[in-house]
Amino acid sequence: MAETAVKTAKKESTFAFGKKERKLIGDPLNDNNPITVQVLGICSALAVTTLVKQAVVMSIAVVFVCGLANLAISLLRRSVPKQVRMIVQLVVIAFLVTIVELTLKALDYEVYKQLSVFIGLIITNCIIMGRLEAFAMANDPWRSFLDGIGNGLGYGAILIIVAVLREIFGKGQLLGWKLIGGEDALINTTGGGYLNNNLFVLSASAMFIIAILIWIHRSYNRKLVDIS
Amino acid sequence: MHSTGYILRFVLIMTTVVALVLALMSTALKPIHESNEAIYNKRAIISAIGNKLDKTVAEMSDEEVENIFKENITQKVIDVEGNFLSEEEVMDRGYKAGKAENVDMAKERKKDEADRIYPIYEYENGDENYAIISVRGSGLWDAIWGNIAIDEDMNTIVGASFDHQGETPGLGAEIKDNPKYALNFISKKIFDENGGYVSITSRKGGAVDPDHDVDGITGATVTADGVTKMMKKGVKRYLPYLKSNEK
Repeated sequence: MAETAVKTAKKESTFAFGKKERKLIGDPLNDNNPITVQVLGICSALAVTTLVKQAVVMSIAVVFVCGLANLAISLLRRSVPKQVRMIVQLVVIAFLVTIVELTLKALDYEVYKQLSVFIGLIITNCIIMGRLEAFAMANDPWRSFLDGIGNGLGYGAILIIVAVLREIFGKGQLLGWKLIGGEDALINTTGGGYLNNNLFVLSASAMFIIAILIWIHRSYNRKLVDIS
Repeated sequence: MHSTGYILRFVLIMTTVVALVLALMSTALKPIHESNEAIYNKRAIISAIGNKLDKTVAEMSDEEVENIFKENITQKVIDVEGNFLSEEEVMDRGYKAGKAENVDMAKERKKDEADRIYPIYEYENGDENYAIISVRGSGLWDAIWGNIAIDEDMNTIVGASFDHQGETPGLGAEIKDNPKYALNFISKKIFDENGGYVSITSRKGGAVDPDHDVDGITGATVTADGVTKMMKKGVKRYLPYLKSNEK
C-alpha cells in the first residue's frame, strides 16, 4: 500500500528547486517563523537555550526529525487511514526522536546528559506535528521534505540567537570560551564594573529575549503587522 | 474510508517495523552507551580530586581517565558495618560486575538501610593518599549526588564534586555548574576536635563555623539544604571505614 503512494507521488513531483521550493525554505526563516510568528515550540526554546552547544544540537535534532517526519508522512499520506492519522504521525515522530536519542547517547554522552528529557520532548514539539497535519498530509514528498527542513531551520535560528545572548550575558562565555568575567577571560572585570547577569541563565530571560525578537522582527517586516 | 481490517493491519505492520528497527538499533549501540556511561561516571569520581591532578578532568582524554583508575585507584566496597566485600559478594547483591564503580547508588538508596553497600575509591600517588566516597540525596526537584575526597587523616576534605538530576539552572544547578561551590568544601573537617561526628553544613546566609560550614547558594536554599542533609547522612555511612583507617 505504501508502494502505490510512492508511485502516485512520483508522478507529480519533480525534484525541482525553483522559486516555490526556495519559498518553502525561506518562509519559515522570516515571514512564517515557527517561533516569532506562530509562537510554537516555546517550551523547548526556554529550556535548552542556556548554552549555545545545547541549542545547536537541539536544532540539528529538530531539523532532522521535522524533515524526515514530513517526508515519511507525505509518502504514506494516501495509505494512512484517516481515523488513526494522528497516531501514525506520532509514531513516526517518536521513532525518529528515539533514533536521535540513541545516536546522541553514543556520540556525545555529555550533551546527551545536559539535554536530558528535552530530546525526548521533541515528540511533543507542536511545530513538527503542526507541519505534518498542515503540510505533509496534503503535499508531495519532496516539497514536504523541504518544508520540514525549512521549519526546523526557522526554529533552530531563533534558538541559536537566544542561546548566544544568554550564554554571553548569563555566563560570560561563548561555546565555552571565556569572554567576560574572571582573570582568564577576554574582558577582565575582576576589578569590578560588571557581573554576569544570573537572570539570563533563568528561563524567564528567554521569554523576554523571544518577545524582543518578535518586536524587532515585526518592526522591520511590516507585512506581519498588517495581518494581525 | 478505510475498513477496520485495513486500519488494524496498517497499525500492526507499522508498529512491528518501528519496534524492530528501534530494538535492533538499541541493542547494537548498547556497548557504546555503556562504555560512555562508565567513563562519564569515572570522570565524576576523579573530579573530586580535580585540583590535585596535573590537568583538569575536562581536558583529559578517555584513556587518561582510565589510566588513573588503573594505576592510582584501588576500588573497595563496604557494607553498613564497614566490612570489605569481595567482588563475588558484590555480584551476589545484584550487580553484573563486583567493582566499586559498578555499585549503583540510586539502587542502593531504595534498599533497606542494613542491606546497603557503598563504594570507596582509594587514590594513591606518591605521598598523596585520598579516599573518595560517594553520597546521594535529594535536591529541590530530584536526586543530587556527589563524590567527596578525604585526606589520609580521614577527617579533612580535599575536594568534592556534585551533580544533579534536574535542579534549576542558575540556582540549584550551581552545585555542579559553579566550580567555586565545590571548592568551598576543601579543608573542611568531618569531625570536631573531640572526634565527634559533625559533617559539613551548606549554610544559608554564609558560613559561620570555619571548619564545618560552606556558603549556601542564594535562591537555592532547598538544594543547599539537600546538600547538607546528603553530607550529614551520606558521610555517616562511611564512619566505620573512616574510624578504622584513622591515622
